Amino acid sequence: MKDTEGYVTADGRQIGGVLMELRNITLKFGGVTAINDISFDIREGEIRAIIGPNGAGKSSMLNVISGFYTPTEGSVWYKGEQRPKMKPYEVARMGVARTFQNIALFEGMTVLDNVMTGRLTHMNAGILSQAIWWGSARDEEMENREKVERVIDFLEIQNIRKTPVGRLPYGLKKRVELARALAAEPSILLLDEPMAGMNVEEKEDMSRFILDVNDEFGTTICLIEHDMGVVMDLSDRVVVMDYGRKIGDGSPDEVRSNQDVIDAYLGVPH
Amino acid sequence: MLRDIFITPFVDMVEAPDFLMQVLWEGLVSGVLYALIALGFVLIFRSSRILNFAQGIMVVFAALTLVGLHAMGLPAWIAVAATLAVMFVLAVTIERVVLRPLVGQPDIILFMATIGITLFLIGLGETIFGGENKVMITGELGIPTGDTVLEPFGGLLILQHLDITVVLVAVALVGALLAFLNYTRMGRAIRALGDDHQAALSVGISLQTIWVLVWFIAGIIALVTGIAWGARAGVSFALEVIAYKALPVLMLGGLESITGAIVGGLMIGVLEKIFEIYWGQPLLGGNTEAWFAFVLALIVLLFRPQGLFGERIIERV
Ligand SMILES: Nc1ncnc2c1ncn2[C@@H]1O[C@H](COP(=O)(O)OP(=O)(O)OP(=O)(O)O)[C@@H](O)[C@H]1O
Ligand SMILES: [Mg+2]
Repeated sequence: MKDTEGYVTADGRQIGGVLMELRNITLKFGGVTAINDISFDIREGEIRAIIGPNGAGKSSMLNVISGFYTPTEGSVWYKGEQRPKMKPYEVARMGVARTFQNIALFEGMTVLDNVMTGRLTHMNAGILSQAIWWGSARDEEMENREKVERVIDFLEIQNIRKTPVGRLPYGLKKRVELARALAAEPSILLLDEPMAGMNVEEKEDMSRFILDVNDEFGTTICLIEHDMGVVMDLSDRVVVMDYGRKIGDGSPDEVRSNQDVIDAYLGVPH
Repeated sequence: MLRDIFITPFVDMVEAPDFLMQVLWEGLVSGVLYALIALGFVLIFRSSRILNFAQGIMVVFAALTLVGLHAMGLPAWIAVAATLAVMFVLAVTIERVVLRPLVGQPDIILFMATIGITLFLIGLGETIFGGENKVMITGELGIPTGDTVLEPFGGLLILQHLDITVVLVAVALVGALLAFLNYTRMGRAIRALGDDHQAALSVGISLQTIWVLVWFIAGIIALVTGIAWGARAGVSFALEVIAYKALPVLMLGGLESITGAIVGGLMIGVLEKIFEIYWGQPLLGGNTEAWFAFVLALIVLLFRPQGLFGERIIERV
């Protein structure tokens, strides 16, 4: 099963080998089993979706991948190696960036500053050099500023660069959050419901950005989304969760015709 | 009586503007120190939700350590460096021994823990350096002690060189701190952590590193304040009270606002001095500085519960 060959998508993109693999993940909160023995992988360059009804355990899965939750059982493999127990900031430094279901931004800081924090994992000047050797820390600062400006241009938020994030409408906040994650130049980008609460136009914009990011930077993306239509358009492969279990895994077409998935979405009693 | 309250003080101010300037200057000097200490509180509170009861004792401890190390034979500036090192070790120790094990506990537990730190530092300070009053090594540090006399409005304005130095150093320190917070990676991380823990973690910020850093900054602030205040009042455990002045400053400025701490500190320093001189001494027998700031803060809170600068952003979920 260890094929490193990858596959070619319907639209002709070459998908690489396994980048991240979740093996037999179980996550319990007291009596609640949020994730029940789930395994799946994410391949280099693909857009992988996790779907499922409310409370299925999707966010929990993303939290396991990003180190916010430690699985009760099972292991996470990254680039072919088993990942030891890690804190979220350590996972971030390994190249995993994420957004949150309930937007987590630095409300008091400007858009620019928010996106700049995405560069923290790339800034190495030590504390001392920052405090004393103004020079080297400043060069680094300028270099990162350039990268950040490019992300800001890419996501078309130039006009709000200096606006405090707290004042932005919901849709733009979501975009700023994406910008911050992108600024990290992640090897995996995790998006928890990037289009939730958006109107149709905003959803279209966001879909376009996600596709563009994947296309231009080759970024591997794992996203959670409720809107079936959007998921089918965006993703290369889909994991379907229901009550903490995996009930489907495959291409959008395969998943759509899977009887368990249809039942879960139509609310057939368990 | 009404005349004494509402008219005489203002007449006095206008008739002797040079004296008013003297009062303002002295208030400003205290205010700068209040602002510094409040800033230490704010940094720690923003990044860890801890109301640091130990800030005051850190001032005493830093001053004691400096004077003590000098008394043991270290040259003054080496003693300063050594004291900074001690404050750094203290920050690391507090993070390891107190904060890390208590992470996620209710705020009140963390607050109690800082009371524990206070008691520990009192004990440690007394054991190593003794509890008796000491003199700050002002001269040895090269802090000037003379004064400059100006003659504004044909009157007299006496500026102690010590006070001028204190203000300059404090302004430089605040300036450096603001630059650090706004333009460096670590500074941005500190501000970020204050805004949203989850988001901070997701961009690779380590809570532990930031906690050590903010406690160390609080330690640096404690040392500077300790030197400044110790030079005027001597070094003793009574110094701790100046940190309590940070409380009304925080009530006014808000626990989370850096600007609030600075403006609030200066305001309280100046207003309490003016009140003392023009109302307190003539009408109330003086010594109003002990309580004025608290009453002022309470009155302000009656009308603006969020403090002067608290513009709470309403969270949308
Ligand atoms: N930190 C936590 N503590 C306790 N229970 C939790 C925690 N996080 C998630 N759960 C529980 O785990 C289950 C799965 O939640 P999760 O948020 O992962 O679902 P989801 O699929 O993301 O749902 P939604 O579509 O509503 O976002 C739920 O029963 C939830 O209550
Ligand atoms: Mg969710």
